[in-house]
Amino acid sequence: MIKENSSIRKEDIINRRMFVIGAAKIIIFTGIIVRLFSLQVDNNKKYLTLSDKNRIREWKLPPTRGNILDYFGNIIAGNLKVYQLHIIPEQVENFNYLLTRLKNLLQLSDKRILNILRLKKRLKPWESIIVSENLSWSQFVKVNNYLYELVGVKPVMTISRNYPFSDIYTHLLGYVSQPNENDILQNEIIQDRFVPGMKVGKLGLEKTLENYLIGTNDIQRYEVNAYGKRINQLEYQKGKQGSKIRLTVDTEVQKLSAKLLANKAGSISVMNIFTGEVIAMHSSPSYNPNLFLFGISNDEWELIRNNPLKPLINKTLSGLYSPGSTIKPIVALSALENNIINSNFKVKCTGKTELYDQTFHCWKEKGHGFVNLNNAMKQSCDTYFYEIARLLGVDRLKVTAKKFGLGEKVLGEYFENEKKGLFPNTSWKKNNLGKGWVLGETLITGIGQGYIQTTPLQLCLMTAQIANGGYSIKPKIIVNNKPFNIVEAKKAMEEQNLNNFNTQLVKDQKNIKIIQEAMFSSTNEIMGTSYRSRIDDPKYQFAGKTGTAQVKRISKRERELDLELEQIPYNDRDHALYVAYGPYKNPRYALSIIVEHGGSGSKAAAPMAKELFKLIIDRDDLRKKQSNFEEIDI
Amino acid sequence: MYYHNRLDSDFTFFQKVKNLDYILLSSILLLSVISVFVMYSTDGGEILYHTKSHFIKLLIFFPLMLVISFFNIKFWHLTSYLFYIAIILLLIWVSVDGIKASGSQRWINLYFIVLQPSELMKIGIILCLAKYYHRLKVENVNSFTSIVVSLSIIITPIILVISQPDLGTSILIALSGLIVLWLGGVKIKYFFISLVTFLISLPFIISFLKPYQKLRILTYLDPDRDPLGAGYQIIQSKIAIGSGGLSGKGFLKGTQSYLDFLPEKHTDFIFTLFSEEFGFYGSTGLLIIYIVIIIRIIKIGVISRSNFSKLFCYGFAFAIFIYIVVNLSMVLGLLPIVGSPLPIMSYGGSSMLATMIGFGIVLSAKINHRQIIS
Repeated sequence: MIKENSSIRKEDIINRRMFVIGAAKIIIFTGIIVRLFSLQVDNNKKYLTLSDKNRIREWKLPPTRGNILDYFGNIIAGNLKVYQLHIIPEQVENFNYLLTRLKNLLQLSDKRILNILRLKKRLKPWESIIVSENLSWSQFVKVNNYLYELVGVKPVMTISRNYPFSDIYTHLLGYVSQPNENDILQNEIIQDRFVPGMKVGKLGLEKTLENYLIGTNDIQRYEVNAYGKRINQLEYQKGKQGSKIRLTVDTEVQKLSAKLLANKAGSISVMNIFTGEVIAMHSSPSYNPNLFLFGISNDEWELIRNNPLKPLINKTLSGLYSPGSTIKPIVALSALENNIINSNFKVKCTGKTELYDQTFHCWKEKGHGFVNLNNAMKQSCDTYFYEIARLLGVDRLKVTAKKFGLGEKVLGEYFENEKKGLFPNTSWKKNNLGKGWVLGETLITGIGQGYIQTTPLQLCLMTAQIANGGYSIKPKIIVNNKPFNIVEAKKAMEEQNLNNFNTQLVKDQKNIKIIQEAMFSSTNEIMGTSYRSRIDDPKYQFAGKTGTAQVKRISKRERELDLELEQIPYNDRDHALYVAYGPYKNPRYALSIIVEHGGSGSKAAAPMAKELFKLIIDRDDLRKKQSNFEEIDI
Repeated sequence: MYYHNRLDSDFTFFQKVKNLDYILLSSILLLSVISVFVMYSTDGGEILYHTKSHFIKLLIFFPLMLVISFFNIKFWHLTSYLFYIAIILLLIWVSVDGIKASGSQRWINLYFIVLQPSELMKIGIILCLAKYYHRLKVENVNSFTSIVVSLSIIITPIILVISQPDLGTSILIALSGLIVLWLGGVKIKYFFISLVTFLISLPFIISFLKPYQKLRILTYLDPDRDPLGAGYQIIQSKIAIGSGGLSGKGFLKGTQSYLDFLPEKHTDFIFTLFSEEFGFYGSTGLLIIYIVIIIRIIKIGVISRSNFSKLFCYGFAFAIFIYIVVNLSMVLGLLPIVGSPLPIMSYGGSSMLATMIGFGIVLSAKINHRQIIS
């Protein structure tokens, strides 16, 4: 019984203590369920987002650049499908064998093979290695034929920049290539959209208009596992191609410019004298921008770099030349404007002018005799211009020159390499050289020599503004100058024709007329310096002014020798210049031509104008029709 | 009296079958079926190694549980000490010639199974102490000798397990042992004093912990301090559970586990995967199955006549409860990470074997609940 009793008592203890634990269990289980509820129901959104962040990863693909068109809608910078070859290392059974096969098939260099092996070490096994960025069609076919043997190799079709007109637009458009660190750091948009394999503008409009051309990335969304491996594609978001940009240039005129300057160093620019539209702008020699797309080879690069004609320099915008006699219209205009002379003012040219023991020669040794303004311009008499420059003074000359665009950038922000040039005056010399102005310097400035430096496009703008009757124009190269939005662009275009005539650059319209007539005489009258290049048909008839810029002071001995062009070393030969506008009766276009070391302007440069004007005027009608071009797709 | 001393039961086979607890049995079966499907999901929706192995283990251990239940509870009472000593010997074997894996030595190779004796000790200690307190007179429960004896019964295996090292299992063994002491009637004062002592000595204990164990505690306190290293498991586990929502992402659609963000998803983090795929409803459902199991075990304890059966049932019910609470608290970020499997659900033979043995003995107590053990 005692045993029984104690047993019962023990049972009581056990049950009582069990009850305590039971209560604890209920509390703890409730706690766990509350926790579950808080995680799964209260914070479900938060954890769902975190879980998606875990598993979904985005891959950006290179954006497609916008096309650049000429005035007539021809693509001058477009995109081309290219064939690439990728290797996916994790699918390859024998990597070295595969490389040997590919080396033989595609003629890969040893350096490239080493590069691929280095990439393979750096990348994850499922990330593809680009073996070749640009396979030719025959290579692509070859690889496809052997594809069943080349496990892990993937032929890929992608899009690359393409310049269909090869070298004729290089200095205008620039080119694209792999961005370097600076390109990425300096441009936030590039930084944001950068993906390996993407190309960015390196030069020219491709660079300055980068933010409009670049386009947005295609985005692929993949589900990935914990190790970052792609499991399956969830979404493919097509990016937006970059803005289409239409330029004012005419490919036919540009082509002719390139043809005329072939094998020469020089520049041609053509401009509409009312709208300021640049019709052509070529710097010669040029180079093929397509070479830079996939990395230029060392040999090709050296060839371009070491060319003595300096193809890398955009001579139209950054070439600085003495304008020579092409400055004379401005000198004469300035003298007229300041009432120093009138059109009947005469000077006797004896072939040279003496000033303080210095002799200033006219190009014509025997002299021109008595010449008035018209004759002086026509025959480009230096003595006449020495005299009127002396009377005028350099400071007043500069005021006029500046109004006509000399010493200022023409296209402004659109080209990073555009130079301002230089038009000197007395204070400039004092501030920059620390010396007083000498009267002799005024004389040589009057014939476009000395400190004065101009770019070919400045001379073109100067001529255009003389041709349109002395009104300021704002040169432009993009049809809708502000490629920001369609409405703005259209409005700007509509207003342009009115606004351009707002600023009058001359006090007296008659003065401009005198200069225009002088330029006409220079081209279309006997004894005129460019008489031989004239066109008699009034439809094409143009007026111009030649220029011959010395690159080296001519010694007395050389002057007496009177050497032929071929007898002078290339680098000592004079630059040949020509500025002109036409048609004379109803002017619409102005141009400037410069042939480096081409000799005299009348022989080397003026004949080119004859060919250019024929084409330019012929295309003028087409251009007018084209101006209703509704498709301003930006 | 003779009758009662016989080891085999007086029931016929059919009577035994009839006397089984079918609610408990079907809950266990349901859990087993769920566990196979979850294992199938951890294999990425294919019948691979883990699914097959888990299924085979269930095929062996579930019948084993029934076989155990058909032995009279007196047999288990009789062999309790033997069982305990056998496991102690196995633990010694482990420390001498165990299999090493990832820095600890916990397993022995018995050729047909790789056994983790520390898992069996979770049951062994309850069995042993249940017998000890069953035989102890009430007056002697709080005597010095009995407390020393019972404490040494607990401490011996713990020393062996902690030296493997395996902190998680030793804590579970200690808790399973202490609960029997509690049920047996050891004074509350003693528990209170030892709890205070434990809390005071906690800093010293921590200083003896291995660096990785300290790291786990730090990580528990602030999982974000090293999200890709020590905190990774717990952060990913919380993301998985949290993203499950009310009804889950769907069977085989748990992205966290499918895409390998979840570590240890077969074993300690199996609940995470389940919770991600079946959501709050599923998780609560699973918890209810466990609660039903615990309640049934306690009920068997209540109807049992012998204190041995009572002590074992209550002790085992508490042990199951503790396993679940420790595991769930860990995956829910409520406790530091200590390796502890979820009964039946987690992959692992020894754990399942131990749990099934426990269920077997509980069922034997049910069949023989009128049995009085002297």
